Amino acid sequence: MITLTHFLVLGAILFALSVFGIFMNRKNLIVMLMAIELMLLAVNMNFIAFSQFLGDSAGQIFVFFILTVAAAESAIGLAILVVLFRNLRSIAVEDLGTMKG
Amino acid sequence: MTLALFYIFAAVLVFGALRVITAKNPVHAVLWLILSFFTSACLWILLKAEFLAVSLVVIYVGAVMVLFLFVVMMLDLNFEELRKGFWKFFPVAAVVAAIMLVEMILVLTNRYAQIPGAQLVETGPTVRELGLQIYTTYFLPFQLSAVLLLVGMIAAIGLTIRKRKNTKYQQPGEQIAVKAADRVRVLKMDAEARLEAPQPKPADDQQAQG
Repeated sequence: MITLTHFLVLGAILFALSVFGIFMNRKNLIVMLMAIELMLLAVNMNFIAFSQFLGDSAGQIFVFFILTVAAAESAIGLAILVVLFRNLRSIAVEDLGTMKG
Repeated sequence: MTLALFYIFAAVLVFGALRVITAKNPVHAVLWLILSFFTSACLWILLKAEFLAVSLVVIYVGAVMVLFLFVVMMLDLNFEELRKGFWKFFPVAAVVAAIMLVEMILVLTNRYAQIPGAQLVETGPTVRELGLQIYTTYFLPFQLSAVLLLVGMIAAIGLTIRKRKNTKYQQPGEQIAVKAADRVRVLKMDAEARLEAPQPKPADDQQAQG
């Protein structure tokens, strides 16, 4: 019998893996963006699991909007990445020091 | 049967995600990410959310991942340089991720965190229900998300557009601010008397005097 906890634990594993990926890929902004996409996927999985197990379709509509926002976010993120690479010839996080933040 | 399918898909998904973050080549990482998204679409079908599963394949595998592949292949990256110092952050990353995972699993599998009566109910197709909700209750957010996509498109184009040096532009601000005095120069000069010279001078000299 498949239960809600199965999906929630799977989402938790996916989320922890993406956090791990964000820490590990400090030289590679592209893989960091991919890890963020994986994080959103984990969140979406939790939303859909709750929505289907509790019989409330609002969760699925939230997933729909998250997909939209994630698509726009990755498009803008990749555009920033392209501009960054054009200016710096590098996509490492350590090189992003121009704003002295 | 469903449980066995769930474990197979979950194993593939976790393995794919692990390969995404440890792949040497970013192109391989994108391909593993495509596998992860596809597998989670399969999992969503197990959850009877077929509309979102199909839209995940269409939006992510069809559009976003192609965008990622374009960018990864367009950038001229040195893969050896990217891997340098990869294991430097391993201790802190492993500790943080492991603690987060253990905490979340402890909370989620706790007996008091279980929701009584939560079970996968047999429902009809979700597309009709979702369509009704989106076009009535959630109509404004739906329109706003369309505007958001437009804004994202304009922002991406505006960020990456490359201005060429020799292209001629109109500058409306300067065009509006121009005055008549900038365009027409009124010269005061004496009326010329007709000379009885046998040979007229070349036109260039007269213009230089004026």
